[in-house]
Amino acid sequence: MNVLQRTLERRFLRGTRWLEQRLGAAKGIKWLLSYVFPDHWSFLLGEIALYAFIVLVGTGTFLALYYIPGDSQVIYHGPYALLQGEQMSEAYRSVVDLSFSVPAGLLFRQAHHWAADVFVAAIVLHLCRIFFTGAYRKPRDVNYFIGLTMLMLAILEGFAGYSLIDDLLSGMGLAIAYGVALSLPGIGAQLGYLVWGGPFPGSSSFLPRLEIVHVFLIPGTLAVLITLHLVMIMRQHHSQFPGPGRRERNVVGTPLWPAYALRSIGLLLAVAGVLFLLGGLVQINPIWQWGPFHPYLSENGAQPDWYIGWLIGALRLMPNWEPAIGNYTLIPNPFWGGAAFPLFVFIVMFAWPAIERRFTRDHLRHDLLDRPRDRPTRTAIGAAFLSWVMIIFAVGSTDRLFFRLHISYTAQIHFWRAGVWVLPILIFFITRSACRSLRRTDTHPMRAWQGTVVRRGPDGSITRLGDSADRTQSRPSEEPVGTVPAESER
Amino acid sequence: MRRWLTRRSRIPAVLRLTLAVILAAGAVAVLAAPSSEGQTSSGAGVPGGPPAGVNAPSKSPEPPAPGDPVKTFPDSPALRAQGYTLYQAGCSSCHGIALQGTPGVAPSLRGVGAGPVDFYLSTGRMPLEQPREEPQRAPALYTRGQIDALIAYVASFGGPPAPTADPAKGNLALGLHEFTLHCAGCHQVVARGGLTVNVPVPDLLAATPQQVAEAVRMGPYVMPHFGTRQIDQHDLDSIARYVLWTRHPVNAGGWAIYNLGPIPEGIVAWFMGLAALVIVARLIGERLA
Repeated sequence: MNVLQRTLERRFLRGTRWLEQRLGAAKGIKWLLSYVFPDHWSFLLGEIALYAFIVLVGTGTFLALYYIPGDSQVIYHGPYALLQGEQMSEAYRSVVDLSFSVPAGLLFRQAHHWAADVFVAAIVLHLCRIFFTGAYRKPRDVNYFIGLTMLMLAILEGFAGYSLIDDLLSGMGLAIAYGVALSLPGIGAQLGYLVWGGPFPGSSSFLPRLEIVHVFLIPGTLAVLITLHLVMIMRQHHSQFPGPGRRERNVVGTPLWPAYALRSIGLLLAVAGVLFLLGGLVQINPIWQWGPFHPYLSENGAQPDWYIGWLIGALRLMPNWEPAIGNYTLIPNPFWGGAAFPLFVFIVMFAWPAIERRFTRDHLRHDLLDRPRDRPTRTAIGAAFLSWVMIIFAVGSTDRLFFRLHISYTAQIHFWRAGVWVLPILIFFITRSACRSLRRTDTHPMRAWQGTVVRRGPDGSITRLGDSADRTQSRPSEEPVGTVPAESER
Repeated sequence: MRRWLTRRSRIPAVLRLTLAVILAAGAVAVLAAPSSEGQTSSGAGVPGGPPAGVNAPSKSPEPPAPGDPVKTFPDSPALRAQGYTLYQAGCSSCHGIALQGTPGVAPSLRGVGAGPVDFYLSTGRMPLEQPREEPQRAPALYTRGQIDALIAYVASFGGPPAPTADPAKGNLALGLHEFTLHCAGCHQVVARGGLTVNVPVPDLLAATPQQVAEAVRMGPYVMPHFGTRQIDQHDLDSIARYVLWTRHPVNAGGWAIYNLGPIPEGIVAWFMGLAALVIVARLIGERLA
């Protein structure tokens, strides 16, 4: 072990010297390696998304080698019996072939699809962490905007990805997207015609366009934004939770080398492992069962991937309201659920830092995070807004609920048309009072304990050190490790 | 925590008010639902029930084309006599003593033939507990012998012969094609069921080829019926074969999660994939003191 360590160290020094003599990079490397990451598990949520993106790029490159974005109709003569002699587009055939004829093709395709689902999920969870701890406040609001932009792009990227296949599900999804595009007031028809290159299902150039968007434009933009995101984090340093030795202008935690780098590499391997395990063990989007898409076909219960589900829910929930002058419809109904709703959600999220500054009159720089309970109103607003979106999302699966539990579909829709407004208000008050109570009692909601801490001496005597009521006082303050001196102290 | 639970909240009035509002809204929504359907069901439907007259249709079953195979059921005077007894005991209260039906409640069974009787009884959809509820698949109430007796009795009033399907003569690829064309719009493409206008569409996991053939030709409940010009005998055989296949479809990707697509996939992505990774992050994310 020691020999190995010494060898590694020597190698490392030699490598640094090599770089220093050519690029003068030693100082930068030193700064990078001693960069301090604060200790909290929730700071790894964004990293899960980052590593899912790496898996997506890796698997996606493999898939792109076999995918053909062609809409010319061909007859299938492959190994899958049920599609024998079936007429289908070249694109669909290439993905069926990828699944059944290319070695490990199905594994890569499924891992890619699972990675996409987990990627967006991890971003959403990361966003929740950022919101509820107030990490978006000045100076990190710029990075928060970049993160929101990446979330939008990730959703668009996912939709473009599963629309490429031209199976029954993706075709129906594109038909709905086309309907939403047409519903945009004023510009809808022209926009739809422009993007699809003609009326639905579009011209032969549509799939190649979609492919370029999916494999080049959006991933490239995402890569640039991710780099910006990370550079900006390092430039501003991580925010951290308050704690012993933690102040606004320092960071207490673990340096990049050796501790944090290994931890992060471990997470990368875990992400890749979980995604490929899912890809190998759990079937996702079995396109051979859905069959090819033709505009005259449809199936019951067609659903989008989960990150588009909130739009389907909104389309279902929105009452049939179409303002019209005479025979001219000003705003077709799909506009509300399919375009106005997501636009509103993102506008609120983009505007939130400014809204909060306006109401709290807090224009200061913040490097220490808030515990959610310490900002009851913000936490309550966040919980209410999140529940509002989640209810609309859940309404997207009312048909399956009806099928399983026989709760009348129209009754569900009618109920949620009221509930979608009432329940978030209820959640607002519940959350706010829960936060206030937690702040007052300072118990951990899950780790609350009651009892007495005692120490038994060598002679068998028992000394009382503290109990649950003064737990915070009795906790030994830990030595700060890896403290970065504040910039003013340097 | 305990203190939090027992402590008198500072805002109980607001909470109570909000709760009252949500309950009221829910009640309004639930009450509003049947009334909006009342326009189509002439006020007679149950909440969540089908459009008007579904239980009293006069869809006559499509007869098999000349030369197509038919299903013959046993027939004898003794069997008809047994069927008569069973009919009077179990069916006549709705369908009438002389099979004439009851307007608005149950259709006449004169001239329906053997197919619908076999379908409704062998799938347990009849007899209904409540005349107006949607017939749902259930364990058959009658034994095979009793069903044959009822078929013999009802078929003695005339009607087309019962259709049949032989999956062995069908073509699986044609079956998928025809099923997607005619059936998937309601039954989902892997026959996992779904939803039409407030009517649950059954999955076909338990459907036998004989029942598939009978359903296609007569169109039970809100399902349309298909004649031999839309779905010929070979198509029918192929659809029956495909329906059998959907019980065990090719799940090359692994665990099939019900062959439903994105809803279970999203659940797995969040509660297995991301959950596992959050646990990993929780374990490695902090220096454990």
